[in-house]
Amino acid sequence: MSDAQSLIERLDALEVTALDDIAAATDAEALEATRIAYMGRKDGRISLVLRELGKIDPSDRAAVGQAANRVKAAVETALDGREAELAAVEAAGGVALDLTLPGRRPERGGSHPISLVMNELWEIFRDLGFTRARGPQAETEWYNFEALNTPLDHPAADEQDTLYLEDGGLLRSHTSPVQVRTMQAYEPPIRILAPGWVFRRDTYDPTHTPVFQQVEGLVIDEGISFVDFKATLAEFARRFWGPGTQVRFRPSFFPFTEPSAEVDVKRVIEHEDGTVEETDWLEIMGAGMVDPNVLEAAGIDSERYTGFAFGMGPGRIAMLKYGVTDLRTFFESDLRFLRQFSEAGR
Amino acid sequence: MNISYRWLREFLVDDLEDAAPLADRLALSGFPVEEMEDFRTGLDDIVVAHVLDAQPHPDADRLRLCRVDAGTGEELQVVCGAPNARAGAWFPFIPVGGTLPDGMKIRKAKIRGTHSFGMLCSARELGLGQDHDGLLELSGTYEPGTPFVQALGLDDVRMDVEVTSNRGDLLCHLGLAREVGTTIEGLPELPGVEPVTVEFTSHPSELELEGVRFTNEAPELCRRFLGAIVRGVKIGPSPDWLQARLRAVGARPINNVVDATNYVLFELGQPTHAYDLGKLHGPAIRVRMAADGEKVTTLDGEERTLRSDMLVIADADRTVDVAGIMGEDDSAVSADTVDILLECAHFEPGSIRNTKKALGIQSDAGYRFERFVDPEGQERALLRVLSLILAHAGGTLHPVAADLHAREWIEPHIELRLARVERLLGVRFDADRVGELLTPLGFEILDHEDGVLRVVVPGWRGADVTREVDLIEEIARRHGYDAFPAELGTFRPGTVPDHPLFRLEDRLRGLMAGLGAFEAQTPAFAKESEGEVRLSNPLNKEEPVLRRELLPSLLRRLEYNLARGTRDVRLYEFGTSFRKGGVDGLPAEEPRMAVVLHGRRTPAHWSGTEEALDAWDLKGWMETLAEVIHPGAEVVPGARDGLPINPHVSWIVRGPDGRTLGCGGAVSSDAVDLPPWAGTVFGIELELPEVPSEGAEVRAVALPSHPAVERDLALLVPDAVAASDLLASARDAGGPLLERCHVFDLYAGQGVPDGHRSLACRFRFQAPDRTLTDEEVESSIRNVLASLRENHGVEVRGG
Repeated sequence: MSDAQSLIERLDALEVTALDDIAAATDAEALEATRIAYMGRKDGRISLVLRELGKIDPSDRAAVGQAANRVKAAVETALDGREAELAAVEAAGGVALDLTLPGRRPERGGSHPISLVMNELWEIFRDLGFTRARGPQAETEWYNFEALNTPLDHPAADEQDTLYLEDGGLLRSHTSPVQVRTMQAYEPPIRILAPGWVFRRDTYDPTHTPVFQQVEGLVIDEGISFVDFKATLAEFARRFWGPGTQVRFRPSFFPFTEPSAEVDVKRVIEHEDGTVEETDWLEIMGAGMVDPNVLEAAGIDSERYTGFAFGMGPGRIAMLKYGVTDLRTFFESDLRFLRQFSEAGR
Repeated sequence: MNISYRWLREFLVDDLEDAAPLADRLALSGFPVEEMEDFRTGLDDIVVAHVLDAQPHPDADRLRLCRVDAGTGEELQVVCGAPNARAGAWFPFIPVGGTLPDGMKIRKAKIRGTHSFGMLCSARELGLGQDHDGLLELSGTYEPGTPFVQALGLDDVRMDVEVTSNRGDLLCHLGLAREVGTTIEGLPELPGVEPVTVEFTSHPSELELEGVRFTNEAPELCRRFLGAIVRGVKIGPSPDWLQARLRAVGARPINNVVDATNYVLFELGQPTHAYDLGKLHGPAIRVRMAADGEKVTTLDGEERTLRSDMLVIADADRTVDVAGIMGEDDSAVSADTVDILLECAHFEPGSIRNTKKALGIQSDAGYRFERFVDPEGQERALLRVLSLILAHAGGTLHPVAADLHAREWIEPHIELRLARVERLLGVRFDADRVGELLTPLGFEILDHEDGVLRVVVPGWRGADVTREVDLIEEIARRHGYDAFPAELGTFRPGTVPDHPLFRLEDRLRGLMAGLGAFEAQTPAFAKESEGEVRLSNPLNKEEPVLRRELLPSLLRRLEYNLARGTRDVRLYEFGTSFRKGGVDGLPAEEPRMAVVLHGRRTPAHWSGTEEALDAWDLKGWMETLAEVIHPGAEVVPGARDGLPINPHVSWIVRGPDGRTLGCGGAVSSDAVDLPPWAGTVFGIELELPEVPSEGAEVRAVALPSHPAVERDLALLVPDAVAASDLLASARDAGGPLLERCHVFDLYAGQGVPDGHRSLACRFRFQAPDRTLTDEEVESSIRNVLASLRENHGVEVRGG
């Protein structure tokens, strides 16, 4: 007559030998043999022990059953673990398993840093109710200058050193023509962001390129005032540069806005060591209330509607944001440069 | 524009302590100071010295041996190479042990065997301009050893102010003073300069004065022309303080007459011009249009060819001045000038600008006239210049001056609605506050009735303040932008839909990142052969056109990366193809995407062997992109002209309407410069739809609850039969139960007859409502095989 205690002891002993045998199995076949030897339903060594269950006092059977389940679970876990190990070893060509070897990663690409900035700008303005609009890069003088309250014989038309096309037209020197085209095509309210390429007769140097990206913004509705203008752009600046950011509006001149402003930000950067750094004032955009002449040129009643517009260079913002010192880097498309942005998790 | 801190301060009632707070005030008015140069720095060691004697150096032709009194109590021997080092003259001097502004320390030197104890200095060595013709000769008399800064009133700061192009009135010290504070009444007193008066004889277009005939034949372009005559001047250098002022703003002193005109230009913003009266033929002054093809040599030594739309000042025979821009050489004041005629005029900005642009002349006068000069400022400026000339060059002023006054300036009155101010600025301003803000700038509130103010605009703001909104800007500016609240209010959503092309690009960026490609951005300029839309003023001759295709630019980026040792280059770009023939006479623009692929399929890993990307990867990328960009399009063999793709390994994306929407394949080896190890490069260029569809509406299909049946067949296919045709026939013949068939293996060689290959195909049958019987499947297969045999001569291998 077996007693419950001796059955439990035998089960515990089996667990010990099973784990040894599993660890000793060096290939899948040996492991499978081990599995059958212990866990086989008919002749497995655990099953054989359990056959004696009938011989013991029924009141002790539950205790033995619990012990059996515990041992089975332990053996099962060991079998699975060894199986995965053996598979990894096999994948490694049979060499001893070294879990510190690098994993097999798919190549991960990424967006251009200026696209990343553009996307960040877009996400903020989307939350502020904006949509995106496009316009052609080759434009007429009317859209690029005259409709924007810039007479062709005014020095302001010269400041942008425009590139002209031989068969007529020019390459837009700013994204502002999209303002006019959008106002012609849609009724207010208008809240748009217009990203795109612009062209100027600049040479390549660390802070200029003859072609670069710009983002235009335009808001037109009844009752839009200088206060809305300041509030919207200050909100943007804090969302983009951080909640502690200070925003400054300085008077300026653009033919297509009045009053006009340059917008500066001062970032407050909290370092990990607890120190707080304030940057200099950084000039981030030109902006202003849309000049009534621009509204009228686009067929909008300037007495009824008012609005504001702004323009900024995501290239310049990317330089500030990522600490890039030479704008030309963005055009080189050097993978060693581009990878830095995807490796940073973007 | 350069201004001098001291100069500006003379105009202000309040006394600004230093240049820095002045710079802040300017910036907050909208005119940031880009650069400040403190002349005091570095000049501590410089003193004024008197040259007692200057002899040729015994051993060097071009050197002089000077005896110098620098106030040290002993005479110093100094070797000097400047031609103007002469006995009796005064120069800045740096003794042994002193340091120049550029940090150079002066040591006792031995030059050609002679000791030299210090150095006499040029303007450039002192950082006071580029003048390096000789030593900076001082015109006054000093106590030797006087600190140079003190002697010349040089405790000054040059401030480079960025003045916006609408504000011609700020291109002078008086104008900027008005912006930053309360200005004094009248003009500042100058040392030794007495105010002068003159009587004006006036006529709209012609008059005679002192034998000089004045005519204005272009009243539309010349509003007013004043001419004064001074006889018996003695040309010489200006006093040191005046020279120092000019240097402080970056100008070069020339002589006491020209310096007087330049001084007033920088002081009041009004250009004037002095002619040598003895050189004026007639003598006459004619304001007229140039003759077509007329030639004139301007003061900068250039010969200019004029056009009939250019305004000039002429004498009886010839042009003596390109009006408002630059004088002519022969009639200009020179060392032996005795009698002068001084011009002070007002020209229309547009005409000046066009002439300046056509002739390519930059001048201080032209820069101001094209930005609008105060139309009421001529008399004051003329008298100011005359007072300086009389004080420094002597002579006798003729008591009457000519005044050709073609058109009176009428000060504009603007109606300003307080309700409109509030509407635009979001803050209420009452009439008193508006007056407080505008009056210090020279505006006058004429009256106020029912919330409407009539505002008189001063002459100097005549060009930039012409509308109500211009006044509103002044109110906002003077109130201070920072004083406005910035509380975000409610807003209504706009009517403009988010442009679907941006959304498509967003999706593609995500897809491409997942495929392991990086986004490039390249400029749109291309070499001659790569485009058809030409620039009329290209940046360089090598890139005179806008590109027609993106792929060449991306290939250059690939080469750039390979040359830097990067392998596995996968780049893509969104860009524009420019072609002739768009609307409004503009080029047609087509949004596009291009991709280049090169190198290993997957990153190197220790577990495996490296496999290079091949044409099938390329085709797969194309298929994936086509699916996203052009739903319903297919990728089929074909080539597209103009792309650097080898036509033998080339596919096109064909739209449902049969139009070619893109092309991809192996890049032609002559189109890319590769290192020998590089292997094949693949390229894709696809059109992006200007207005992409947001994709068909998705209707989910219920999943079948019955199992599918699969059959694999090896088919012997003649080489001439395209796999795509074979699969299409199979799908047709297979009936509705054939859910899918695809090729899973390709074999040729032993056991396969010549001219054939073996394609292993997997056929998958499925019915939505039942489990298929063998008979149903076999029947469908029979139909497929019969069709393949009949249409393509295909047999089952081993069948």
